[in-house]
Amino acid sequence: MLSKRVIPCLDVRNGKLTKGIKFKGNVDIGDPVETARLYYEAGADELVFYDITASSEGRGIMLDVVDKVASQIFIPFSVGGGISTVEDMRAVLLAGAEKISVNSAAVKNPDIISQGAAAFGSQCVVVGMDVKQAPVSAAIPSGYEIVIHGGRKPMGLDAVDWAKTVEALGAGEICCNSIDADGAKTGYELTLTRLIAEAVTIPVIASGGAGNPDHMADAVTTGKASAALIASIVHYGEYSIRDCKERMAERGVKVRRVW
Amino acid sequence: MLAILDYKAGNQTSVRRALDHLGIPCRITADPAVIADASGIIFPGVGAAGQAMRELTSTGLDALLTEQVAAGKPLLGICVGCQILLDYSAENDTTALGIVPGACAMFNQALADEDGAPIRIPHMGWNQVRLARECLLFDGIGPDAEFYFVHSYYPVPRPEYVIGETDYGLTFCSVHGRGKLWAVQFHPEKSGRPGLALLRNFAAYCQEA
Repeated sequence: MLSKRVIPCLDVRNGKLTKGIKFKGNVDIGDPVETARLYYEAGADELVFYDITASSEGRGIMLDVVDKVASQIFIPFSVGGGISTVEDMRAVLLAGAEKISVNSAAVKNPDIISQGAAAFGSQCVVVGMDVKQAPVSAAIPSGYEIVIHGGRKPMGLDAVDWAKTVEALGAGEICCNSIDADGAKTGYELTLTRLIAEAVTIPVIASGGAGNPDHMADAVTTGKASAALIASIVHYGEYSIRDCKERMAERGVKVRRVW
Repeated sequence: MLAILDYKAGNQTSVRRALDHLGIPCRITADPAVIADASGIIFPGVGAAGQAMRELTSTGLDALLTEQVAAGKPLLGICVGCQILLDYSAENDTTALGIVPGACAMFNQALADEDGAPIRIPHMGWNQVRLARECLLFDGIGPDAEFYFVHSYYPVPRPEYVIGETDYGLTFCSVHGRGKLWAVQFHPEKSGRPGLALLRNFAAYCQEA
């Protein structure tokens, strides 16, 4: 039986974590490679790196980070942020990542999804979507709209339609991030997560809003997600990955508990 | 020294990284002399069966693999490398290597998971392997261990070649083999400690064989 995945997400800028990570009882760590290794040891099922570097020098540093992570941790990980061409994808995959995640670049140029899937296989291509609630309209029948630029720019694109489109284009997985829930720690946007998960047959990762392990259990039961993306609740030592998984297991969720 | 068969499979460098981490000497190679000299072969694979077979046949590596297995060289197939050891794959309607009798089928979306919902394809994530018979690759690996899978097609070897099974909408063969040949549908190079232990067990067997 397939386990539901727990996926910590790390934001990286110029080869450093944007905020230091403080594991339970530990000092701040700013090195993404060391942090990745600690999460690997702690039982993360997969990792996501989000590169918010703007400069080309910073991108080179990120490839070096990817290479080091791939040599030290033996679970899958994906890299997103600023990937807009097949060549960008190739560089990250060759450096050792399993998957690349495209977000706004896919909204602007959906062909990047099919090009990536043709070149590397669908299993490599994750489409990240940032979603905000919007008034129900002919263009946005679900009441959830795709936004880019960290939520500042609405695209007039219905989230459910977009999910179906990216699946048809060959995405292997969708990471559905609620801008409304993000950072609030009051739980994932379960209605949205479920709508997306029921609209497609590829796996969906719930993102945005996790405040405790029960929220994670909610995402993969009520929300029908295959995985729960987490950040601050584990980064600052509030919960360990084991805490999260034990609570999920108590709630009847199948999780990987031997690592 | 283990030879990682170089036919441009996506995960060949991941396999090398895992073996490097374990201190197991290895080379990514398509050189027949190096492969003949190796203590064992790892046959990786990511992507589509059709493309993988085209790459193998155009380079003559298909014949080399068949010869090496016939000569008793230990071999470990991974993912697509596990699938195309069989006679046929439904993926791209592909005639495969025919080293193990059987075929490869696609997961059917009509299958339901344990909650009654349609299964998602690909089968992506961590799952368990139930051994149908003893297998030295799993020495020291407990029954609760999980391995990382990502695939839309699954192997269906003749029953006598089934070593391990996994549940996803149906029970499918996740480990098959015979003699000194093993094939795993999951990615040991991405399966944390249990995966590394499996690779170490294979390398240790090759060294002794």
